Amino acid sequence: MKPFAYERPTTVEEAVALAADGGTYLAGGTNLVDHLRLGIREADRLVDLTRLPLDEITERADGGLVIGSGVRNSDLAAHPLVRTRFPFVTQALVAGASGQLRNMATTGGNLLQRTRCVYFQDPTTPCNKREPGSGCSAVEGFGRYNAILGASEDCVATHPSDLCVPLAALDTEVVVVGPSGERRIAFGDLHRLPGDRPDLDTTLDPGELVLAVEVPPLDFAVRSRYRKVRERASYAFALVSVAAALDVHDGTVRDVRLALGGVSHRPHRARIAEEALRGRPATPDQFRSAIEAELGAASPGEHNAFKVPLVRNTVVDVLTGLTEGSAA
Amino acid sequence: MAGHEVSVRLTVDGTARQVDLDPRVTVLDALRDELGVMSVKKGCDHGQCGACTVIVDGRRILSCLALAASYDGADVTTAAGLGTTDHLNPMQQAFADRDALQCGYCTPGQVCSAVAMLEEARAGMPSHVSPDVSDTTVDLTDAEVRERMSGNLCRCGAYVNIVRAIQDVAGQDVARAGGGAA
Ligand SMILES: Cc1cc2nc3c(=O)[nH]c(=O)nc-3n(C[C@H](O)[C@H](O)[C@H](O)COP(=O)(O)OP(=O)(O)OC[C@H]3O[C@@H](n4cnc5c(N)ncnc54)[C@H](O)[C@@H]3O)c2cc1C
Ligand code: SF4
Ligand code: FES
Ligand code: FES
Repeated sequence: MKPFAYERPTTVEEAVALAADGGTYLAGGTNLVDHLRLGIREADRLVDLTRLPLDEITERADGGLVIGSGVRNSDLAAHPLVRTRFPFVTQALVAGASGQLRNMATTGGNLLQRTRCVYFQDPTTPCNKREPGSGCSAVEGFGRYNAILGASEDCVATHPSDLCVPLAALDTEVVVVGPSGERRIAFGDLHRLPGDRPDLDTTLDPGELVLAVEVPPLDFAVRSRYRKVRERASYAFALVSVAAALDVHDGTVRDVRLALGGVSHRPHRARIAEEALRGRPATPDQFRSAIEAELGAASPGEHNAFKVPLVRNTVVDVLTGLTEGSAA
Repeated sequence: MAGHEVSVRLTVDGTARQVDLDPRVTVLDALRDELGVMSVKKGCDHGQCGACTVIVDGRRILSCLALAASYDGADVTTAAGLGTTDHLNPMQQAFADRDALQCGYCTPGQVCSAVAMLEEARAGMPSHVSPDVSDTTVDLTDAEVRERMSGNLCRCGAYVNIVRAIQDVAGQDVARAGGGAA
């Protein structure tokens, strides 16, 4: 690990100033410390965010939530308003990592964690994300985890976060502050598709600090579900995952929110499927044709072709389960 | 400037310690290499095995991914701080009674993790196998124990007895809680 300086600001202003000239933010460290040690990332100065007053969850007047970027994953999962109003957020969190890691990992760090592509994490192999222009080892190599939607010839990596999938399904906003002030980013605009710049995961400017994630109210999210499909029962990243909230009235879909994990360089909001479902009968056949419309653009390779039927079947199963729950 | 040392204060198993460290040093390496605390183990050094689990301010964390500088002022408990050979912590005693180990390398991390895990369950923390995540009372089934302990690997595969040991202690807690309520 290359030597770095260490700073521990206590105010947001100080933190932004320290990062503006060449600093790297440190939150829980569960991703960054590993990457510094693996040598796939270097830092001149770490700006530790753990003493900033960003670890609160507050309720907005409209029933939405403001989640500080420093809130630990375990605290977010256990928060009474999160687990009752947005149960799929809690389900996503507890499906990720381990108890120890969730006690360390923060909301901001979870959003900004880097891909788990095996080549990205191995400095001896070409990777355009780690070393722009060096090539992509995953296109021809180990491809089980590759993206099926929105990939480019330069990068086929997926975003690894569980939490981000329900956050994409909700109309979440991300509040950030940087050298040129504060701004709000719609969740769907935070993460990028790789295009010809896979080195950029997000649309954040250098030195921008995530202050909070704001989740607007969504009444029918009390009936929501996160389903993660992985290669062992616990402590593994998703092959694919599905976050859904469903509002059914008299057998008809009044409203729906659907997002997919493990399929793209960013958490994927399934807007085509949502549109195809609103006002339609809440039946497995409709669910199937809606997700098939969404997956029409899928371009899987040889090793990840299984993801297309896996996503389809998981979505049908999750939505059907939510429908049965709402019959009562 | 890069390379400067930082002063770090830690309370380790009840004793206040201070040490000047390169900011790259983790809590794990600070404990073992700088402070001579060998009751914490290094397995993978990448957050994947749980051998380095310690309890910081009541919560279990992985000391291999924790930069010591960031934990300045923390109260750290390792397995040695939970109990001594003469006065074992109930969890340590249960691991011994149930033969919940073979080589013992993962055991300090397992014990720390288990002690803090029971606190989490008592506080109503949901898990991936909880039938309803909004329910704040946890029924600590074997499936719950396995899921909540999934961050602690055991290369010797002593899992069956580890679950039994933890259930022994969880059962004592339930008995105690029941007694208190009556
Ligand atoms: C063994 C293992 C298994 C895991 N399994 C899962 C899993 O199944 N599902 C899952 O979703 N995750 C999983 N994770 C990943 C884990 O969730 C992330 O490492 C964690 O969420 C990152 O949060 P952190 O606070 O530790 O971030 P850090 O490591 O501190 O930071 C990560 C990145 O975010 C930046 N950053 C952090 N906070 C801010 C901020 N407020 N503003 C701007 N930039 C910021 C940092 O500069 C850094 O680039 C796993 C990790 C490990 C080690
Ligand atoms: S998929 Fe992306 S992250 Fe993986 S090797 Fe290719 S360029 Fe690197
Ligand atoms: S040594 Fe820390 S998790 Fe393996
Ligand atoms: S007892 Fe040997 S690794 Fe667990």
